[in-house]
Amino acid sequence: MLLATSSPRANNRANNMHDHLRNEYDVVGQPTPKKDGALKALGHAEYADDISMPGMLHGKLLRNPHPHARIVRIDTSRAEMLPGVRAVITGKEFPGIKYGNLPQTRDYLPLAIDTVRYIGEEVAAVAAIDEDTAEEALDLIEVEYELLPAVFDPEEAMRPGAPLLHDSAPSNICAQVAFEFGNVDEAFFSASYIREDTFDTQPVKQGMLEPHACIGLWDSTGKISLWSCKMSPYVVWRQLAMGLGVELANVRVVQTVVGGGFSGGKQEAMPMDFCAVMLSKKTRRPVKIVHTMDEVLTIGHMRHPMKVWLRTGTDKDGRILAQHCKLIANGGAYSSIGGFSMYLAGAMLNIPYRVPNIRYEGKRVYTNNGFCGALRGHTNTQICFARDSQLELIAADLSIDPIDIRHRNALQPGDVTPNGFRIGTFAFDECIERVVELSGWRNKRGKLAKYRGIGFGCGSHISGARLMGHSASAAEIRLQEDGTVHLTTGSTDVGQGADTVLSMIAAEVLGVEVDAVRFARVDSDSTPVDPGTFGSRVTFFTGNAVKRAAEDARRQLAEIAAQRMKVGADDLVFRPGEIINRRDDRQRISLKEAIRWGAFQTGRLVISHGTYSASDEKIDFRTGYGNLSPAYNPSACAVEVEVDPETGQVKIVGFWGADDSGFPLNPLGVKGQVIGATVMSFGHALYEGLIRIDGKVMNPSFRDYKMPLITDIPKLADFQHSNVVTWESEGPFGAKEAGQGAGTGVIAALANAIYDATGVRMQSLPMSPDRIRFALKEREGKKYAEKEFSPATE
Amino acid sequence: MKHLLPISLHVNGETHHVRIPPWRTLLEVLRETLALTETKRSCQEGQCGRCTVLIDGKPINSCLYLAIEAAGKDVQTIEGLANSGVLDQIQKSFLEKGGVQCGFCTPGFVLATKSLLSENPSPSEDEIRAAMVGHLCRCTGYVQIVEAIQDAAGHLKPQG
Repeated sequence: MLLATSSPRANNRANNMHDHLRNEYDVVGQPTPKKDGALKALGHAEYADDISMPGMLHGKLLRNPHPHARIVRIDTSRAEMLPGVRAVITGKEFPGIKYGNLPQTRDYLPLAIDTVRYIGEEVAAVAAIDEDTAEEALDLIEVEYELLPAVFDPEEAMRPGAPLLHDSAPSNICAQVAFEFGNVDEAFFSASYIREDTFDTQPVKQGMLEPHACIGLWDSTGKISLWSCKMSPYVVWRQLAMGLGVELANVRVVQTVVGGGFSGGKQEAMPMDFCAVMLSKKTRRPVKIVHTMDEVLTIGHMRHPMKVWLRTGTDKDGRILAQHCKLIANGGAYSSIGGFSMYLAGAMLNIPYRVPNIRYEGKRVYTNNGFCGALRGHTNTQICFARDSQLELIAADLSIDPIDIRHRNALQPGDVTPNGFRIGTFAFDECIERVVELSGWRNKRGKLAKYRGIGFGCGSHISGARLMGHSASAAEIRLQEDGTVHLTTGSTDVGQGADTVLSMIAAEVLGVEVDAVRFARVDSDSTPVDPGTFGSRVTFFTGNAVKRAAEDARRQLAEIAAQRMKVGADDLVFRPGEIINRRDDRQRISLKEAIRWGAFQTGRLVISHGTYSASDEKIDFRTGYGNLSPAYNPSACAVEVEVDPETGQVKIVGFWGADDSGFPLNPLGVKGQVIGATVMSFGHALYEGLIRIDGKVMNPSFRDYKMPLITDIPKLADFQHSNVVTWESEGPFGAKEAGQGAGTGVIAALANAIYDATGVRMQSLPMSPDRIRFALKEREGKKYAEKEFSPATE
Repeated sequence: MKHLLPISLHVNGETHHVRIPPWRTLLEVLRETLALTETKRSCQEGQCGRCTVLIDGKPINSCLYLAIEAAGKDVQTIEGLANSGVLDQIQKSFLEKGGVQCGFCTPGFVLATKSLLSENPSPSEDEIRAAMVGHLCRCTGYVQIVEAIQDAAGHLKPQG
């Protein structure tokens, strides 16, 4: 993808590599419209809330209004008597088995039984003939609570005597990860420069526009089906079976079209999912539950707010010798994937800079708030904000150019990081230079008008993760007699374009049009089991599996064609739509004919499988050592801002980014991913965040929870992103991750730009107008004070 | 049931005679009574633009619009835009320029574009943004949406 117009030199270089690769292939590398785009543009795509079933009832959930309380009594009798109500359930309907992600932190229940730990936690559910009746019934459920002391701040929660949320977690510590690589004390001792800074981040929501929705059906055979907008349907499948205490074969999860994900509740089984199936069991009818946006913004799953303390030692030239990071994450009332989050935040200290000695202590603390989990850029976003903000401070202290300090510390291809990440392709220096050129950095930094500034930021991300549990992906291909390709995987398209890029990979290998490939949505009864959509893994892991499945289908097809044509399979070559004898190109057979002949005359069906595991190496999450991902993607960006000193309002007037996504298989999709990730970070940096008072979300509405609008982005001519094209040999057709890394450096770039514009350093997110204005006024105040008391002004 | 009012709704050129409670929004009646689910339900307070329909050619948030107000007016949903399943130029531009990702916002953006271009066939970038400010998109970062609208305007501009 090349949007850049301002730097012909940078463009030409990238164009050459990209054009060269594009010419090699028929399908990959070509901008390809999203496969389901027409369906969506026509309004025909069926999302979970659009589905109706005969006899379907509507469910609603009763939410607890207290930050921490014991449930003394629940009386549902009045609600049950309301005309139109078909069933009311409480936590006692379920077997009381805790479910969750990591075995050591399973703490979810389908509905609270004895204790509620945050405002919004589910305590009962109703099924009725329509939503209004179900809503009315909620008001008739009487719950008697005994209030318990609550704690909202993670540092207070760790103090002796603080109210405890879970018996299993002394001092409210949900997860704790510590590791050390190299000799940190010695490195700090030898450092000629050391500084410490603290950064704070806020709770941010995924902000997908399709609220969570599901339909549950518990049929008379005992089969439990859930239709839902899940990103990782197999996680939901396992969690449903776990929490219901049933066998996996009894559970079926069907993925509907997903209206945006960005991790969170679409990754897991939520109380709504359990309640839909349990209400269905009680009523023998399908039950639909759809969250309101108020519920979506109130309940759990959000980005971890973090306090990040970072101590960095360098030599006199700004080369990093050691980093020590202490991190406290406000985890909220439940764990979600938080144990892994704590590992990941520390691991991300190893990229994209060379840090030879690292000490990390991360604590995730239970508090009486909505709980936190993964969100695009999972913990990496917070770490990048802290690190790249501090790097700029170090550069200023040591009078080093902010670009030079990044080059000086950049990881290089072939490096092995202290925690064992093996860096393959990693065009980080090129990304930095590309951005310097695109942005006109040299003519802007320090040279812009007052209250206008430009800042730089960098990041990096993984291309999927090796996990202790399920890591590998599988794909299955069936060639149909009309030449169409039926592709099934366990991966989901959530709008990011998995349906398209995976189909492109199959089409490239088989020599068919992308339109000839039918990409199936996940149905746990028929698709291959898969970890899900997270960690920028789908194009890489599932893409490799699809490529291998397609290669196997091609091999099978060549055998059929060879038998038909009475030649050796090795003599056959695949051309778009047909197979040709390379020794005599008059001998040819169309794909369709080969498939039909194989099926009709020999009974041979082309059904192929492919897998990808990346599991050749071990990773030890206790020591933190091991190569988490098969490939890493560096990124850099510059952002230009204008700050209104009266209001503190920041206007983003220009953005220039570059990243190394390997060979972009679908440039149209990659562009959508990197721009989308970038703009999401604009909101995170400048205005997004839940406002909470004693655990109560004060802004559970898009009226008050502000996400970026179309008017908040720079003009197209000043909003450019460029791919530095590399060929990652481990990736499918040279590809790497694209959807998350590009957003990780954006927040620090904005903080650095605001500093360049105003001289105030923002270390807490969001960098909202009130905070910037306060910082400006505070600085003026200090200056006035200095003047007032200095002898010169007397 | 009490409180039911008979009204006639003209949706995508078809007239529906329905009996509805007067407090039902147009969004609810379209989705629940007429089963026209192409108009999406999201924030339900006029902030996100998901539920946009055209009333006499003007975009409105159907979640904030009572169905009885629409009686006798011309209501157009995304379904009414395409000619029997064939993509209209605006829809085509959204598809080809990458303006569609999860697609949940797409019907709203497409209808708002339809209204914009019928009033202003050659909108500037600023005019496009001003017209779309009531529509949230979390996936695209808006760049490809602006490009799609420019592309559609280029194709639809009256010749000569």
